[in-house]
Amino acid sequence: MATQTVHYTTMALTDHLPILQILIPFIAAPLIVFIGRRELAWAIAFIASAASFVVACLLLSQVIGGGIVSYHIGGWAPPLGIEYRVDAANAFVLFLVTGIATLVLPYARKSVGAEMPERTQTLFYSLFLLCLTGLLGVTITADAFNVFVFLEISSLSTYVLIAQGSYRDKRALTASFNYLIMGTIGATFFIIGLGFLYMATGTLNMADLADRLSGQYESRTVRAGFAFILVGIGLKVAIFPMHFWLPNAYTYAPSVVTTFLAATATKVAIYVLLRFIFSVFQPAFLSETSTLEVIFYPFALLAMFAASFTAIFQRDLKRMLAYSSLAQIGYMLLGIALLSETGLVATIIHLFNHGITKAALFMGAGAYVLQSGSSFYTQLQGLGKTMPWTSAAVVIGGVSLIGVPGTAGFLSKWLLVQAALEQGYWPIAMLIVASSLLAVAYVWRLVETLYLSTPHRGQTIQEAPLSMLLPLWIMALACIYFGFETDITLGAAKAAAQALLAGSSGLLH
Amino acid sequence: MNFFTADFILGHLNYWLFTILMMTGLYIVISKGNLVKKIVGLNIFQTSVFMFYISMGKISGGTAPIFPLDGNYDPEIAYSNPLPHVLILTAIVVGIATTSLGLALIIRIREEYHSIEETEITEIEDTIFLSEHLPIASQGESI
Repeated sequence: MATQTVHYTTMALTDHLPILQILIPFIAAPLIVFIGRRELAWAIAFIASAASFVVACLLLSQVIGGGIVSYHIGGWAPPLGIEYRVDAANAFVLFLVTGIATLVLPYARKSVGAEMPERTQTLFYSLFLLCLTGLLGVTITADAFNVFVFLEISSLSTYVLIAQGSYRDKRALTASFNYLIMGTIGATFFIIGLGFLYMATGTLNMADLADRLSGQYESRTVRAGFAFILVGIGLKVAIFPMHFWLPNAYTYAPSVVTTFLAATATKVAIYVLLRFIFSVFQPAFLSETSTLEVIFYPFALLAMFAASFTAIFQRDLKRMLAYSSLAQIGYMLLGIALLSETGLVATIIHLFNHGITKAALFMGAGAYVLQSGSSFYTQLQGLGKTMPWTSAAVVIGGVSLIGVPGTAGFLSKWLLVQAALEQGYWPIAMLIVASSLLAVAYVWRLVETLYLSTPHRGQTIQEAPLSMLLPLWIMALACIYFGFETDITLGAAKAAAQALLAGSSGLLH
Repeated sequence: MNFFTADFILGHLNYWLFTILMMTGLYIVISKGNLVKKIVGLNIFQTSVFMFYISMGKISGGTAPIFPLDGNYDPEIAYSNPLPHVLILTAIVVGIATTSLGLALIIRIREEYHSIEETEITEIEDTIFLSEHLPIASQGESI
C-alpha cells in the first residue's frame, strides 16, 4: 500500500522530491502509532525509510553535476517563504542518513526485540522515523529558523530513544536527561544567535542572510550571533570541551539507537556547522575573527589526542567507540579549520566514511550485546572464534577506523594530511599520523580481546542472526569498497565542497 | 556610543531583563543538583529567549500588524514586525515539549534510583561503575 503511493509520487511529482523527503517519514511516524501493531510498525518504518532513500538517491543524481533544486513551500517565494534547497553538499548527507536508516532497520528487528519490552517497540519505530524526519529536515532546509525546528524534532525524539536503553541499564535515563539539558541549551543558544542575525539582517533565508551579512562583519551583533550559533551547534556536534553528554548517551542507549545516532546525528550537526561557516558566514569572517586559531585548531587537536587516549583505557566496547567518535569529530573540525577546498573535501569524505565505519562497528557491538549480554571486554573474550562473522566485520571496521590503506578511513585521513601539507602545516600532518597510532592501540586491544584471549564461559554463545549479519557486512564491505572505489565518494565530496563554497557567493536563485 | 546614559539603560530595558533572566536560568541549570530545579532553570532560560524575540519585533509606536481587508492601509501607521512573534510560537511549543519530556524522564529516574538529587544519583552510578570494573583487575596485558 505504502509502496504504491511512493511509486506514484516519484513518477508523477518529481518536482516535489524535496518535500517528499521529509513528508514520507513524517507521515509514516504517526501512522505507526495509529495502526499500533508491532509487526506492521517495523514494515512501515522500513518502507518509509527505503522510500526516502530512493528520494535521496534521485535528488543526489539531480544535483551531483553542480545543479541546485530549490523548492518553495506552499509556493511562497524565498526569502519570505521557507525554501528547501538541495545542492551536492546536502544531497550527499541526505544520501548517507537515509542509507544508514534503511540498513539499520533490518538490523533493528532482532536487536530491538531483545533490548526493549514488547509494549514500547511500536512506539520505538515511530520515534525512529521522527528522528529521521528531523535529521533530514535539518539537512534539506535553507531557512535558518527551520533548522532549529527540525533540530528540536530530531533531538526530542533522540532523548526518548536513548532513554529506551533503561530496560537494560538504568543509567540510560540519566544519560538521556543530561543530553536533554545540554541539547536544549545548545538549541537555545542557536536561536539566540539566529535572533541576533535576524536583528542585523531582517531575514532568515540562508542565501539571503549570506548576502546581507557580507557587509556587516564588524558589527558586534553579528559577531555575538556567530558566537552563540557556534556554541549551540558545537554542543550538538560534541566539539571537544562540549562533549560530556556523548559517551554516556552512546554507551547506554539501545544498540540500534547508538548505531543510528553515531552514524548520522553528529554528521548532520557537522553539516549544519559547515553550512553556517561556509554559506551563511564567509570564510573571510572566520579568519577575521580568528575563530580558527582560538577554537578550531586547539579543540580539534585536543579531541584527536585526548579522546583517542581515553578510548584506549575503556573496558566497554560501546564506550570505547563513543570516545573514538569524539576523536573523529576532531579530524572533521581540523578539515574545516584548514579552510581550503582540500580540507573541506577531507571533512566531507570523513563525514561519510566515518559514518559507515562507525555504523559497522556499533552494529557489531549490538550483535555482541544480543548474543553475550554485554559489550564489556570481559564478555567479548574469545568471541572471535564463536562469532567469527561478526568479529571479522568488526575488525574490518576497526581497520578502517585506523585508516589502513585499502579501507575507506585511509582516503579521508590521506586527504586530511594532504590538506595540511598544502598549507605548509607539516606539524599538523604529523599529529594526524600520530593520533592514528593511538587508534591502532585501541583497535588492537579489541582484536586481542576477540581473538587472543581465552573465553570465560563454555561455547554457549552463537553467531548473530542473519538479519543482523547482513546489514553489518554490507557496512563492512562498504568500508572496503569505498577504500578502493574512491572516485564515487571523492567526486561527490568535491561537488559538495564546491556547492558549499559557491553558497558563500550569496546566490539567491 | 555612550553606554551609561539613562536613555541607553531604560531604552534597552527588555534586553537587560532578557540577559538577567537568561543568566539566572543558565545559572540554575548549572548550579542546582535537584533535577526538577534544573528543568525549571532550563525553562527560565528558554522563556528569556521568548522575551528577546518578542522585544525584537516591537517597533516603538507600532501597532498590531493587522492590515485592513481592502488593502488600503495608512502608510503613516507603523506596524510591529509579526515574524519574530510567530517564530517564538514555535519555540514555545518546543519548550513545552522539552519540559514535559524532562519531567517524564525525572519520574522514570526517581522510579529507578529513588532520588532526584544529582549527588545521590552520581553516587549510585559510581557504585555500579566500580562493581563493573573491579573484578577485571587481572586482565592481562592491555594496550
